[in-house]
Amino acid sequence: MATQTAETKPDTQIQDSMVVRFAGDSGDGMQLTGGQFTLSTALAGNDLATFPDFPAEIRAPQGTLFGVSAFQINFGSRQINTAGDAPDVLVAMNPAALKVNLASLKPGGLIIADSGAFTKRNLEKAHYEANPLEDGSLAKYDLLAFDISERTIEAVKPFGLGNKDALRSKNMWTLGLALWMFDRPREPLHEWLKAKFKSKPEIADANIAALDAGHAYGETAELSGPLKQVDMPPAPAEPGLYRTITGAESVSLGLVAGAQLAELPMFFGGYPITPASAILHHLARLKEFGVTTFQAEDEIAAICSAIGASYAGQLGVTSSSGPGIALKTEAMGLGIMVELPLVIVNSQRGGPSTGLPTKTEQSDLYQAVYGRNGDAPMPVIAARSPADAFDVAIEACRIAVQYMTPVMLLTDGYIANAAEPWKVPDPETFEPFPATFLEGLPGGEEFLPYKRDEKGARPWVKPGTPGLMHRVGGIEKHETTGNIDYSPDNHQRMTELRRDKVLGIEVPDQEVAWGEDTGDLVVVGWGSTYGPIKQAVGRWIEKGAKVSHVHVRHIWPLPKNLGQLLSGFKHVLVPEMNTGQFKTVLRDQYLIDAESLTKTSGQPFQIAELEEAIGRCLDQKCGGKLEPNDDQLPNPVGVEK
Amino acid sequence: MNEVTKIETTLKDWETDQEVRWCPGCGDYAILKAVQRTLPQLGADPKNTVFVSGIGCSSRFPYYMESYGFHTIHGRAPAFATGMKLANPDLDIWMVTGDGDGLSIGGNHLMHVLRRNVNMQIMLFNNEIYGLTKGQYSPTSRLGTRTPSTPLGSYDRPAQPCAFALGSGARFVARGFDVSKKLPDVLKAAHAHEGAAFIEIFQNCIVYNKDVFDDFAAPKGAEDRQLWLEDGQPMLFGNEKTGSLKGISLDREALELRVVDVPDGDWEKAGVLVHNVKNRSIAHMLVELPFGEFPMALGVLYDDPRPTYESGVIAEREEATRGKDTSIAKLLAKGQTWTVSGTAADPV
Repeated sequence: MATQTAETKPDTQIQDSMVVRFAGDSGDGMQLTGGQFTLSTALAGNDLATFPDFPAEIRAPQGTLFGVSAFQINFGSRQINTAGDAPDVLVAMNPAALKVNLASLKPGGLIIADSGAFTKRNLEKAHYEANPLEDGSLAKYDLLAFDISERTIEAVKPFGLGNKDALRSKNMWTLGLALWMFDRPREPLHEWLKAKFKSKPEIADANIAALDAGHAYGETAELSGPLKQVDMPPAPAEPGLYRTITGAESVSLGLVAGAQLAELPMFFGGYPITPASAILHHLARLKEFGVTTFQAEDEIAAICSAIGASYAGQLGVTSSSGPGIALKTEAMGLGIMVELPLVIVNSQRGGPSTGLPTKTEQSDLYQAVYGRNGDAPMPVIAARSPADAFDVAIEACRIAVQYMTPVMLLTDGYIANAAEPWKVPDPETFEPFPATFLEGLPGGEEFLPYKRDEKGARPWVKPGTPGLMHRVGGIEKHETTGNIDYSPDNHQRMTELRRDKVLGIEVPDQEVAWGEDTGDLVVVGWGSTYGPIKQAVGRWIEKGAKVSHVHVRHIWPLPKNLGQLLSGFKHVLVPEMNTGQFKTVLRDQYLIDAESLTKTSGQPFQIAELEEAIGRCLDQKCGGKLEPNDDQLPNPVGVEK
Repeated sequence: MNEVTKIETTLKDWETDQEVRWCPGCGDYAILKAVQRTLPQLGADPKNTVFVSGIGCSSRFPYYMESYGFHTIHGRAPAFATGMKLANPDLDIWMVTGDGDGLSIGGNHLMHVLRRNVNMQIMLFNNEIYGLTKGQYSPTSRLGTRTPSTPLGSYDRPAQPCAFALGSGARFVARGFDVSKKLPDVLKAAHAHEGAAFIEIFQNCIVYNKDVFDDFAAPKGAEDRQLWLEDGQPMLFGNEKTGSLKGISLDREALELRVVDVPDGDWEKAGVLVHNVKNRSIAHMLVELPFGEFPMALGVLYDDPRPTYESGVIAEREEATRGKDTSIAKLLAKGQTWTVSGTAADPV
């Protein structure tokens, strides 16, 4: 609902997309600023994608390079698939934020800096010998430096706050200025602040005053030169109701919807871990939807309690990230053995071990597909974006319930934290998959707990059901009775039955996301690389190249037509944020010469680097690795540039 | 929780068609029979009863009980049981674990299920050895225990299961042993307790740790070495007829329990304590009584219920649900939304 009209003011520039990065100290509230700016951007009808990047430390020492927190948003009046490569605008709330983020700014880009924070001490902490705002070193950019700190203090003066408290509103002042730049209404922010500080109205008022002051500062145009209003009409979108959504919210809502479609109460066993905890937090507030959340004593107890709940007749769900998933592994094997529904959400992060807790990676694919003792087949599906995670979570619930199996849903740190607009779906359009419990048998028929249906699934019997008492466990069991059975032929048959059940799961045929069904090159992705691959492939298609994009949701079992589809291309390039894990699966399954393009810097792919790699591939130099990119988020924090 | 209807069953109704595979002479047989004998007396309903176990000799237990049963993974039975109980509080859950399963690999879960106070019976079969893996020393093995993994004798001090349970916040702590005739009474008391009821059951591993409990469990001289505790009754042991009657008194200066002689059966005069199952301080002393100097304290050492975990979870959920809109459509459209009108090709 952009209010901008055709009568463009003289100082207004028209753009179809723009990348803005807010950067400041951990304590400056940059994530909040970014989040609220995202909301107002969405309300204005622009398409968008965000990238929040924050240090692993909760309160890193003030003013330091490693304490810089940043939030990047790419928004536009056209379709947006990534958080953007290089920013057009950098908001730097202190010298450290400028130092860490400057290199990524586009040449000629705009810097908005709080000169009040460029004190001698802060400059020293950021290892600046001279003040960059004054020494001419920023000449190739547009620089707008003024004392935001002082102006904020002035704006909130009437509310009698001390300087320290007053400065907390600095981010709102900055947000006010950004709202003016893009002609966004302030009212939703006013409402939000009033609600947020309901019990402390003076803080709400101070923040509102700061926001309005920042906005007024732009409006009264005490400034000349670099700061101009940008006119960005809404992006074309399917008609409907929209909201913004992060991956963590989307997974949570998808699980709630999935449990309802299965007509089951949901039990969620979780343990705090970055970046998966947000799912536990969201679900803990949804008790009225038949959700029980249980914060267990450890990752193992989290999954075991979920399996216990599934055994008792609910939909058990657990969630974690790499190290926690490793701890849950033995219990997954039990889930596979006792054949009970279970959804395991893995929000992947950089590994191995503790690795990079707050950075994204796709390196748990082997762990998901192969990482258990014994022949332990388990379906694996992956979300490609925050909005997509909703559908994928429902799909995970469907497979778990219909096939009586644990299912792993892969997202990653990027999807979990990033936000995008989401067309709110109509629940009436969802297809239900009600769970069925065996409640009795026709007279005289022997109860066989492992007798399979046409899908290969065994019956689900809730304790409490008369006459169907039975025992399950992790020891190999007889093909039909489920009693302990170590005999060689039984184990071989059971191994094959478990494998075939999972391989027989019905998954939709693979579609081509972009481009033709055959050609010179197919770029095959999975998970959060969807956005950059789509954009990069799109650029080559525009140039007339025979390139296509295939994005795989069902990692295991793979869509039945995938091998055939890939064989229609001369080259297969698989970009992944790991050292080539999905490539290995594709080579193994289809004996095709899939080439890996890897990036293992904890940073998502950028469109430009993918575009270049596709070009090399078309030039017969397919694959390779991409070097860490110092100019993108997450920044190499604390590193001199 | 709903009042469960009592069902008439016999011992046979609780036996499965599975061949019991413990070693001949194993104490587990006696415990199995004691449980199968007790359940009919409780009016327990097989369809609502679940036996949950971890891994080890004791954990084979569910296969032999004609009820619902889940033989899970090593040490984690408390977590499975917690999930089950939260999903269906009407289930009557018996957890079976051992000294290795419950105190070594699963010590963490045991601690938390006790402190949370999930309503179930937890039977820890303590044989002071790893049986199923062929005789390594366990966390309850006595100092100097020689096993394949400690050929020169173990040098770590044993854990005390009842002290662990009480320290973890258990509200019911009891002790019995495999062949004891009083074991069913202990099991009944545990079942009557609303909350996590912890029972340490000394169990004779005939193969790897034979007769280590004979000091107090052997029938001969048992009355002098077993202190059976009963609520409201004096803490007496020995035999009045043979003149060996003794009792436990409290040294109020040293804050320690003492063994005192009880001449002529006059326990009051001798200062013998009356057992009060709700006295947590005395319970702390009872679980730590060193055997030898003292008899083995058996029976219900402590029993003082408080609200269960699942009742809290359910109450919270009901409170959080009251008056709330449960429309999924509204949930999905929560927060700030905007509407795009027109057609996809030509949005307004």
